[in-house]
Amino acid sequence: MSYTMGEIEITELRKLTTFIQEKFDYNFKDYAMSSFRRRIKRMLDLYKLQTVDELIHILNTKEGFFEEFVSELTVNVTEMFRDPTFWRVLREHIIPNIMLNHNKISIWHAGCSSGEEIVSMSIVLDEMGILDKAKIVATDIDRSIIAKAKEARYPLKHMEVNRKNYLRYQGKYSLEKYYTEVGSEAVINKALLENVSYRKHDLVQGSVFSKFDLVLCRNVMIYFNQTLQNQVLHRLHESLFKYGYLVIGSKESLIWCDIAHKFIVVNNEEKIYKKIKD
Amino acid sequence: MVKEIHLTNKYKAVVIGGSAGSFQPMVQILSSIPREFPLPIFLCLHRLKHVRHGFVEALSIKSQKDIIEPMDKESIKKGVVYLAPANYHMAVELGNSVSLNTEELINNSRPAIDITFESAAYVYRDKLIGILLSGANKDGAVGMQKIKYRKGLTIIQDIEESMINAMPLAAKNIVEIDYELKVDEIIAFLLKLNKIYQQ
Repeated sequence: MSYTMGEIEITELRKLTTFIQEKFDYNFKDYAMSSFRRRIKRMLDLYKLQTVDELIHILNTKEGFFEEFVSELTVNVTEMFRDPTFWRVLREHIIPNIMLNHNKISIWHAGCSSGEEIVSMSIVLDEMGILDKAKIVATDIDRSIIAKAKEARYPLKHMEVNRKNYLRYQGKYSLEKYYTEVGSEAVINKALLENVSYRKHDLVQGSVFSKFDLVLCRNVMIYFNQTLQNQVLHRLHESLFKYGYLVIGSKESLIWCDIAHKFIVVNNEEKIYKKIKD
Repeated sequence: MVKEIHLTNKYKAVVIGGSAGSFQPMVQILSSIPREFPLPIFLCLHRLKHVRHGFVEALSIKSQKDIIEPMDKESIKKGVVYLAPANYHMAVELGNSVSLNTEELINNSRPAIDITFESAAYVYRDKLIGILLSGANKDGAVGMQKIKYRKGLTIIQDIEESMINAMPLAAKNIVEIDYELKVDEIIAFLLKLNKIYQQ
């Protein structure tokens, strides 16, 4: 068990983030340190490395390793219909509100991970009969996870949680309607995801690339410190049409961001905000 | 036993973990600590992931303390009790705030005691008191190890008294625990600690 005591010090993390910034132009220095440290520790264990310096050495010398690093660093744990009550509010209030004045809807999943949230959204829209009116953009910092999201194949053993969430969401049918079992995987029906476009995008350093009626960025900013949360919120704000909606995770808050006053709280329980000022 | 424990006012925080069989002890502890108890307390108790409400309320009924489920990056205040919310891990962040995350389940749990304990040990070092109560798996054992490694104080609930002793036992098996105490003794310990701070 000696490896569990190979503790990483904050100075080593600073050295790593500085190196990455200089070499790859990615900014990790404003990530929430407790989680960042644990991810790095996990990576040292995975690659059987003793020190952060060894990790830096590999990053510096091994071609293509950085992408793998980003992939390991990013937390890609999610579920379909996570927080079922949120999805009900979305179906009953938010989407109908957007559709009052529009005959189409544009949605951005910022930090889409392996795509479970996109599947959930598509099912919601499909069951509302407006899937063909939707333009969905899904982005993530991790190229390999986007590929996974695109494939939309999920281990059958994960589907139990997803089915339970769907039941709590009180969907029209059963989740099985939307996938086919192939071997040990649930393969999501391709037609469901026809209106989704995927792209690699870094919330921290990427630019504002479009405007949306609805932006979902749930449990993504929790990996950032407050400085970075604030900065990212500016980007999300710019990416919303006036009176568009922003959704964050159920335990996230905007109150300490300097542009909090440009939003109003639509649903505090589910952390749904509406942009009221440009 | 508590009489013999030598205490100082160097401590900055308390972390408490528990699972099956820890609810009653937890209520007892929280109802016995006076409102002026100065240290922040971080609670990580295993709980159902889809039940977001009711837990804080249940723990608060008999307690004089402010018990909250923090928002991500909420500032840590003296004397407040922070309960890890459903389906999130709760960590202590350098710079005096609490952070939440949705990383993988650990020991089949989210929130996981190991994460709360380990992050608190990292931040508070030898100024942390870790208490592990009854429970049915081994979550918290590695966390206790980290607290010990940083020279904090480690306490487990008495093995005989624990309704389900797998959890305190798992910690005992890998760490040289400082004290094994009955719930009444844990309370006496915390009251004694409080007295030192009120002097």
